[in-house]
Formats: sequence, C-alpha cells, structure tokens
Amino acid sequence: MPDQIKRLLVVVSVLAILFVVARTFFIPEGFGKFGHYRAGSLDSIATLPVNYAGHTACLDCHSDVDQVKQNSYHRSVNCEACHGPGQKHIESMGDSVLAAPRDRDYCVLCHGYSSAKPTGFPQIDPIAHNPVKACITCHNPHAPDPPKIPGDCSACHAVITRTKALSPHALLECIQCHLTPEEHRVNPRAVKPGKPLVRGDCGICHAQEAPGDKSIPRIDFERHGDGFLCWNCHYPHNPESKKK
Amino acid sequence: MDRLTEQLAHALKSITGYIYPNEIELHWGILIVIYPYLTGLVAGAFILASLVKVFKVKALEPTYRLALLTALSFLIIAPVPLLSHLGHPERFYEILFTPNSKSAMAMFGFVYAWYLMMVLLLEIWFDYRAELVRWAEESTGFKRLAYRALALWSSDKSDKALAFDKRAVRLITLVGIPSAFLLHGYVGFIFGSIKANPWWSSVLIPVVFLFSSIVSGIALMLVIYLVTSLWRRKKIDMPCIDKMSEFLLYALIIDFSLELLDFVHRLYQSEESIEILGNMISGRLFISLIIVQMLMGTILPLIALGITRVRRRVLPEELRRMIYLLAAIFVQAGIFSTRWNVVIGGQLFSKSLRGLTIYKMEVLGIEGLLMAILLLVLPFVILGVIVKILPPWEEEVHSPTI
Amino acid sequence: MNEDKVERRSFVKTLVGLVATAGAIPLLSTFDKIYASANDTENELIGGKRYGMGINIKSCIGCGRCVDACKRENNVPRDPYHFRTWVERYAILMSGETKVDSPNGGMEGFPAETSEGEILRSFFAPKLCNHCSNAPCVQVCPVGATYTTPDGVVLVDKDYCIGCRYCIQACPYGARFFDPATRTASKCTFCYHRLSKGLLPACVEVCPTQARIFGDTLARASQLTRFFRFNEIQVLKPDLNTRPQVFYAGLDGVVR
Repeated sequence: MPDQIKRLLVVVSVLAILFVVARTFFIPEGFGKFGHYRAGSLDSIATLPVNYAGHTACLDCHSDVDQVKQNSYHRSVNCEACHGPGQKHIESMGDSVLAAPRDRDYCVLCHGYSSAKPTGFPQIDPIAHNPVKACITCHNPHAPDPPKIPGDCSACHAVITRTKALSPHALLECIQCHLTPEEHRVNPRAVKPGKPLVRGDCGICHAQEAPGDKSIPRIDFERHGDGFLCWNCHYPHNPESKKK
Repeated sequence: MDRLTEQLAHALKSITGYIYPNEIELHWGILIVIYPYLTGLVAGAFILASLVKVFKVKALEPTYRLALLTALSFLIIAPVPLLSHLGHPERFYEILFTPNSKSAMAMFGFVYAWYLMMVLLLEIWFDYRAELVRWAEESTGFKRLAYRALALWSSDKSDKALAFDKRAVRLITLVGIPSAFLLHGYVGFIFGSIKANPWWSSVLIPVVFLFSSIVSGIALMLVIYLVTSLWRRKKIDMPCIDKMSEFLLYALIIDFSLELLDFVHRLYQSEESIEILGNMISGRLFISLIIVQMLMGTILPLIALGITRVRRRVLPEELRRMIYLLAAIFVQAGIFSTRWNVVIGGQLFSKSLRGLTIYKMEVLGIEGLLMAILLLVLPFVILGVIVKILPPWEEEVHSPTI
Repeated sequence: MNEDKVERRSFVKTLVGLVATAGAIPLLSTFDKIYASANDTENELIGGKRYGMGINIKSCIGCGRCVDACKRENNVPRDPYHFRTWVERYAILMSGETKVDSPNGGMEGFPAETSEGEILRSFFAPKLCNHCSNAPCVQVCPVGATYTTPDGVVLVDKDYCIGCRYCIQACPYGARFFDPATRTASKCTFCYHRLSKGLLPACVEVCPTQARIFGDTLARASQLTRFFRFNEIQVLKPDLNTRPQVFYAGLDGVVR
C-alpha cells in the first residue's frame, strides 16, 4: 500500500473511532425504542400540568347548578367555557376562585350577530339589544331562557331577517309564508316552522290574476320556469339577489 | 422577544389578503439565503477546478489551485449561517448522531462531511503534498512542524509517490464532480422536496441550483483571479480568463434555459398557485426577480459575454477584462438574488394561496444585515490566510510567504 | 507494464476500501434504529388506538372559545402570532369572490360584517394540526425531534428539537409555529397530557356547540364513529397525501 494511503487511513480510522465513541455519549437514552425519537419525550409531554378540569369535575361540588343547566338551552355548554380553567380551583379546594364573566362583551362572543353563524342560532345585535345592560340582568346564564318569549323571528333568524330587509320582500312578514306553531318559540329544534309547498303559494302575489299592488312582478304561471318550484331558482328572502 | 414582537406587529399591518395566522413570522431569513449561496460557490469553484484535471482544459491551469482553496474557504464558512440560525445551536450534534434517514436536511450533514473530507481536503492534500514535504525541509522551528503535520509526516518525494499523487488527484476530482453536484443539488432538493410549498416543490429546483452554482462559481473565480493578479501586480493570463468567461457563458446559457423552462412550465400548467405567485412576482419580488436576477444577473451578462465570445479578436484586452469583471459581478448579484427569491419568495405567500406577507430584514442581531455581510466577507479573509500557508501561485512554489 | 496494472488495481481497491470504510461506519450505525415511518404507525399502534378529531362546520359559531382555551391550557403566547388552533371566517360573495379572515385567530370572536346583500354563503372553519398519519413534518425533521406516537398523535420533543424550522416549512396547513420561549417548533398536541388522564382536549371541552368531536378513529362505537357514519367527510388538501386525522363535515370547497 502506498505510503500516502497508509497515513490517510490512520487519520480516517481515528476520526471514525472518535465518531463511534461519541455516539454512545451523545445519543440519549431510549432513543429509537418506539420509533426515531426519544422515548422519554412521551412521558415528558404526558405529565404536563392540566389547567382545564373537564366537565365532570365540577359536578362533585356544583351539582345543583348542573341540575338547572342540564334542562336549559345551555345544556351543552360546559362550565369552563364561560368560567375558564378550573383545575387550580379544584386543587386549591376552592381557595382560588373562578371568574364569572359578567359584562356584555362575553356573551356576545357566541350570541352577537354574524352572517357566518348557522341558521337558527340565537343572535342579537349587541348595539340595539338592551344596550349597556349586563346580559345577566335578564338572562340566567345557567338557564338562559329569554325573559319574554321571542316575539320576532329575528331573535334567532338574524341573517334571514337582515337579508330580507334589503330585498323586495322587506315588507313581507315571515309568517305570511311560514306557518309556525307557537311552540317553536320555546322548543325550536323539536317543532319547526312550515314552508311553502307548491308554486301556487308564491302565486298568491305573483300570478297574473292575483290581487295586490300593481308593482308586484307578475308571471305567466303556465309557462314561467318550466314547472319547477319557484324557490329552485329564486331565493325567497332575496328573490332577485339585489340589494334594495 | 420584544424585537420579534415589534417586527411581527409591523408585518401584521403589511399583509395583503389572507395568511394563516402562524405564517406571519418568516422563518428562514437572510442567513438561509446566504447558505445556498456559499455552497453554490463551493460547488461551482470545484467544477471549474475539475475542468482542468478531468477535462484537461489547459488554459484554466493558473486557476486550478486557487479554485480549490476558494472552495475550501467558502466550505468552511458554509455551516456558520446554519448554526447561527438554529434555535438551539448547542444541539447541532444531534444531526450527526441521530439523523432521520428520511430527512433531506439530515443526510446533508453527511454529504457536507463527505465533500469536505473525502473530496476537497483530500484533493488539496494530494496536490500539495510534494510541496508540503519540500517546504517542511526548507523551514525551521514551528513552520517546519506545521508543514510536516500538514503533510501527515510523509517524506516520500520519489517519482513513484509523485505519480501516485497525480493519479489520486485525478481520481478524486472524478469522484468530486458528482460529489459537488450532490452537495449543491442536495440543497436544491431540500427545497424541492417540500410538497407543501408550490414555489419550491419542483423537480427542476435541484438542477437549477446546480447550474446556477456553476455560474456563480466560475464568476467568483473570474473576479478572484482578476483581483489577485492586479493585487500581486502580475500579468493577467488572457487565454485563461477568456476561457473562464467562455465557460461562464455556456453555463449561463444552460442556467437561463432551465429557469426559462421552469417559468414557461408554470405558466402553461397554470395550477392553483399561479395567481398568488404571479402577484408575488409582480409585487414583492419584482425588483429582486425581474430586475436583479433576470435582467442584471442573466440577460445582460449573456449579451456581454456573447459579444466578447464572438468578437474576441476584435475587442482589445483591457475592454474584455472590464466586461468580464462587470459581467462576473452582475452574475454574483443575480445568483444571490436567485437564492433570495427562492428562500424568501417561498415564504412571502401564504399556503392558503390567498395572501402575501413581508420580510423585513433587521440590521443588527444574528439574523441581520451586518451578520450577513460578515459571513460574505469571512471566506475571503480565510482565503487570504490559506494562500499564505499554501500558496497557489506558480511562481512562488519555491518560497512560502508566511 | 503488468506491474503498473497490478499497482493501479491495488490502488483503486485500497482507495475504494478506504472510502467505503469511512462512509459505512456512520451510515450503518444509524440504520440499526427501528425504521418506523409515519406510514407504519398503523401497524404499530399500541392498544390499537388512533386519535382523531371531527369538525362539524355547520355547528361552528365562531365564538373563539377553543382558541382561548387552547392558549390557556398549553401556555401558548397570547399574541396574535402563535396559534395551536384558530378559526377562519369565510364569506363567499355573489360576485364569486371569497373573503377570508381570522382576526387574532378568532380568539375574541369576529367583527360583524355589513355586506349581507352580497353574501352568498358564509361560515366558520376551525383549523388545527391535522396529526397526519403520513406527516410531512415528521418526514423532514433532521434529528427525530418530531414524531408520531403509537396512538397517532404527532408531537414535538422540545428538549431535542434543534430549532431548524424545517418542519414549519413542510406543514401544508400552517399548523406549526416557532415557540419564542423554548426556541423550538411547537403545535397542537391534541392535549396529549390530558388524553392520558381520560380528559378531552381543551378545545373540545369548551366548544359550546360540540362542533369538535374527539375520539379514537378506529373505535366501533363512539361519537366520532357516528360522525363518520352520518356525514360526508372531507380533509384539507387531500391531494398532498398527508392523510390528515382531522375530518370535516360540511367543508366547503373554497376552504384551503
């Protein structure tokens, strides 16, 4: 073997040996046990402290509140959603107290109007709805029945109301097209409002012969729309999709 | 942390469209732009050196050793921006001892080590060994010890040993060419393999990186050779720099074609990301991409070098030298801008494809402009030191000037 | 002449041998680790469990309680730059344009919009780490600091992470961020520290409309199974083949 190669081999071998030795010092224990990671990490993460106690933890001491809440509209809202993390409160045996949001800003997070919120979710306009007053003045957060049964559909159907208000149908009452049992006001999910079923329902105003204002657009019922139901094309709450 | 909050608050105001909330912070900044720039220069300088040994381009002989030493100087500094950028640089060794074999970045650590030790250092050693032995004999005291150590205490100056050295250099250069391709192509792959990012995810990126590295390496050697010759008041070897600029021209043509291909391909396929990327190019990246990378860095040098190639006999030497120098400098700016456009550009648009953010480079601090400038200057400083220990100049082969 | 040939052959042999030895040692010693790719977690699931989350877009009211609870539970910086989960609001207009926003991640709810006449449809989309079973972030981590647990949760080992931020670049969903306190990558952990105690992740715990459903995707009878049965399920960016474990019902096509 040429002299140069011998010398280089020495250098390379030394480096290789140093590398192999260093590995035993630097690779942490448990690395590779479950996969290409440090097995100890699973424990480090699993034993991190918990801040939210979970919905069942409150029941041990506050079952009375829960009894009320579980029959109310807020039955699916967990305690800590409004009261914040409760683990410290439990661990301190009640010494550290949980905050209860009392100002308007908090309830509005869920109940403030937004067009992106799903249909039928109870929403109010925070500026118009009893301004300045704290929500809890009229609504018990654990049984948030409105003090008065909602008179207006807009209490829950805010997007539709606002959309309709910008449309040619602005002056139409909701109940003119939707026959709604009274119970819907208290039990909205169980009892639903009715909807028009046949073309003739729109024809009450829009047929050629229909009585009513001359400005209401009239169509030839035989021919218009190929016999499809009117709302297949026209959104009844904003029929021409135009702003007023 | 306060400076970070300030930066991010500023960025928050400058967003256009929608970005994912976590995308407000740009994670890879100027340091990560510098890193591929440096490794590109390494690969490019090495390829230039390989033209001499493997492809036997005699005209480039004066730059052979200089190119190797330049590659070494830049390779030494190349990991510095990476280490400085890490959140925990003290844990860097993890990449060597527990590399994730599925991660391009992990494998790069070994590619780097291979290239540094098995290619560059080895080739330099074999090329200089005979002189190291001779310099050791001609020196005394500490210098003598240093040279003997560098020669690994070899003292064989026989013809057989010298012939072996020569063959070794040739073989190593042969292995070194694909290694250089791997070194910088790999950096391209680190970006190109990220499917989450449509600006990066491309089969072409490793190839584009490679050819742009060759371009920047040759251009760098052009500048270094011109500057060092002027500095040492030596006559410039015109056939040498004519040849260098010829290869620069060819490399530029290939590089330009590849980048054009990428551009045309993107436009033609017109995937979902085309809109936001188009916004980014015509907005945030207009100056760095259209002006600096395309115009200044590619088209102007192509024209200039094309003219000097075709009209070489007509143009006087001084004019040609000036054009080469300017073209090489423009090319460097262009290639740096290329790296900028890839790294920063890839983070300026949101992965929601709906918005753009901004990158505001700091001046001070470890990710700042001053640090960047330092990292770009350091390799030259190191080169200055190395050429004193291992002079690459042919005339000074007899007396090292430490 | 023959001597030259023999010498050349032996030279090449020794050089190759040198190279091979030098190269093989580091490589061999890394391959002795279990080659556990994220793909293989399906085979290696301990206890046969894989955690996942279902999100019902139609139930989300954009209240932001999940964002707030997550930050409180996991000590995430309360600034608008770091989120483990966030809520986006989409408004598709009559013109066909889509407007998306997420002010402070939706943590304090959303400001009211005033363009009802132009809105065709509008909804909220909660986002978080998808805990992909073919996670690109796990693939690119150079040191093995991020990994998939045997029960399908993707975690970050903050004591091992070197802070290179490659995983943050590799995540297609923007779920990761750089924690300025630990100087490591961080993201949603499905509240792994709560799961072992039989608790739900904080975001699931506080959601007032049960828009988030958590459980074992492989269970035969669970809330999540019911969710899978009765809804058309979508995931984000399916074309990237990350195999996310966060499943959306009612996900609109404009959501990225």
